[in-house]
Amino acid sequence: MNFESIRIAFQGIIANRLRSALTMLGILIGVASVIVLVAVGSGSAAASRKRLEGLGSNTLTVSTGGGGNRGQTQTRRVTIDDNDVKALRDVTQAADLSAVVPLVNAQSVTASLNGANATPATFYGTSVEFSSVRNYPVSSGVFFTKDDEDNASKVAVVGATFAKNLLGEGVDTATLLDQQVKFGNGVFTVIGVFKPKGSNGAQDQDDIVVAPISTVRKLLAGSSNRVDQLVVQAASRSVTDAAQAEVTAVLMSRHTGSTATSFRVLNQASLLQTQDANNKTFTVLLGAVAAISLLVGGIGVMNIMLVTVTERTREIGIRKAIGARKSHILTQFLVEAVLLSVLGGLLGVGVGLFGSRFTIVGVKPVVETYSIALAFGVAVVVGLFFGIYPANRAASLKPIDALRYE
Amino acid sequence: MTHIAAEAAERPVIIVKNAVKTYGQGDIEVHALRGVSLVIERGDFVAIMGASGSGKSTLLNILGCLDSPTSGRYLLDGVDVSLLDDYDLATIRNHKIGFIFQSFNLVPRTSASNNVELPLVYANVPKAQRRKRAAAALAAVGLSDRGHHLPSELSGGQQQRVAIARAIATNPAMILADEPTGALDSQSTAEVLGIFSRLNSAGRTIVVITHENDVAAYAKRVIRLRDGSIVSDTRNAPVDARYVRAS
Repeated sequence: MNFESIRIAFQGIIANRLRSALTMLGILIGVASVIVLVAVGSGSAAASRKRLEGLGSNTLTVSTGGGGNRGQTQTRRVTIDDNDVKALRDVTQAADLSAVVPLVNAQSVTASLNGANATPATFYGTSVEFSSVRNYPVSSGVFFTKDDEDNASKVAVVGATFAKNLLGEGVDTATLLDQQVKFGNGVFTVIGVFKPKGSNGAQDQDDIVVAPISTVRKLLAGSSNRVDQLVVQAASRSVTDAAQAEVTAVLMSRHTGSTATSFRVLNQASLLQTQDANNKTFTVLLGAVAAISLLVGGIGVMNIMLVTVTERTREIGIRKAIGARKSHILTQFLVEAVLLSVLGGLLGVGVGLFGSRFTIVGVKPVVETYSIALAFGVAVVVGLFFGIYPANRAASLKPIDALRYE
Repeated sequence: MTHIAAEAAERPVIIVKNAVKTYGQGDIEVHALRGVSLVIERGDFVAIMGASGSGKSTLLNILGCLDSPTSGRYLLDGVDVSLLDDYDLATIRNHKIGFIFQSFNLVPRTSASNNVELPLVYANVPKAQRRKRAAAALAAVGLSDRGHHLPSELSGGQQQRVAIARAIATNPAMILADEPTGALDSQSTAEVLGIFSRLNSAGRTIVVITHENDVAAYAKRVIRLRDGSIVSDTRNAPVDARYVRAS
């Protein structure tokens, strides 16, 4: 009996191929868009998490001045220098820090090698801890040492993108090792190439050159002991907040007249949390939009089933005249509605999975298993729900009225 | 055993007492039946005749449990149909009545044998047995080789024979036909009426609505309706006659 109902329902679907296909299309689009949009949401969440983790784990970025307090009275301009770095490295003052990395920015340094020129997006003078704290491992060659830092050795470690820009496309970046590259006024020996990190979404993290802070000050950025930025690593993720407080306290005590807003301390962990929350909202919003299209698809099923019932009123009358019970007719039309949505849902899952293989607006979608189950489940429930009314209307027809229907 | 069988055979299959059917209300009230009383014996072949609007279709729909009278009683096999609910009425239509329509009313896009199987599906007959009984019913109307054809691929006469096969598939005691030859040519008409005669001589009760005297000539009893009342009731042959031939 159940099998018969499914067979009869199948016949009904096949008899009106175009109409059934269009109805299924509604469900298909709904299911596919739920899967794809949720995948885009979680894909962008994964991308931004990777971006933040690329900055180094448990790190705080400290810079000076005004950001984020526009509209307030201008606080006194302060500069961070080597003495601040020394103070922060003092365990008695800041117990929860495991590393303090000073960064000096050399702006617009053009490199040239054998007549080829390239300008790295970032040129940092920094200390030996940079590689581990900022999560920049070296893939070939070595990172510079404490000795290089102390002696202001003219050595540089470069990112893969910069190496490619300088060497030209298709040349192994390792060939740059031990070459003498002219950066601005100085000639540096390339001693290492970073392992590629890829884009963080905003910029290419591999378009970078790093040299010892002492060398950069001497040759490129001027020889003051000024530091543009500090990257501070907390001893563990759980103490990042404590580390942040310690950094602010130490810096404030060292710079008279400064306030908490004189320094900008970016806490990676809290940034990550905020970002995660934003991404969740984003994903839910995308999912909700997709869910609405699924609902519209369901209304399409109901619409078509109502048309079908009206069109087949006479057939319902015949079936009743030869002994079909209310339950037989109800099952037949309900199965037809559910079958439409199940088939549409299955196709939607296929299209959704296929669509999620492409990069959409710069985001590589990450398919969530729950979204497949949810979308498909909702499609079936929608078919059932929107099928009940038309099916019940068909089943409740009086046989004589149904037979007389023209 | 024989005693019980004899008693069952003696009990009339249809008893209608003062059936009234009124459509609409107030000024637009239409009286389709104005108190019809009727007894039909088991094994009879009855033709109900009358002009259109005489109430003959309404009467047949009531006999077939498709419709119910506004007042009056209808006993089918001694059971008062007005006391039954939808579920039991569906069972009665399935088991006791085979309905045949003027416009054939086969389920479209469904093969002849599937159409014949349909009442057996609703009777929960297992598939293998269904196949066998459908094939037997199609053989009885001479359409064994047309089982896989769709209704749209069959002639009118063939479609009506499929409809007859469907009506007899559940082996009902009574066959009700509403102008079964109204849409057929004379040769198909003769075939269909021949099948009716055979079914009747095999013991089935047949009630046919018609306005053609040729058709009525096959029947053992002719009832004429006018304006919702019986105006004549003629017996041409005894209920237990083996064959009735048109003159």
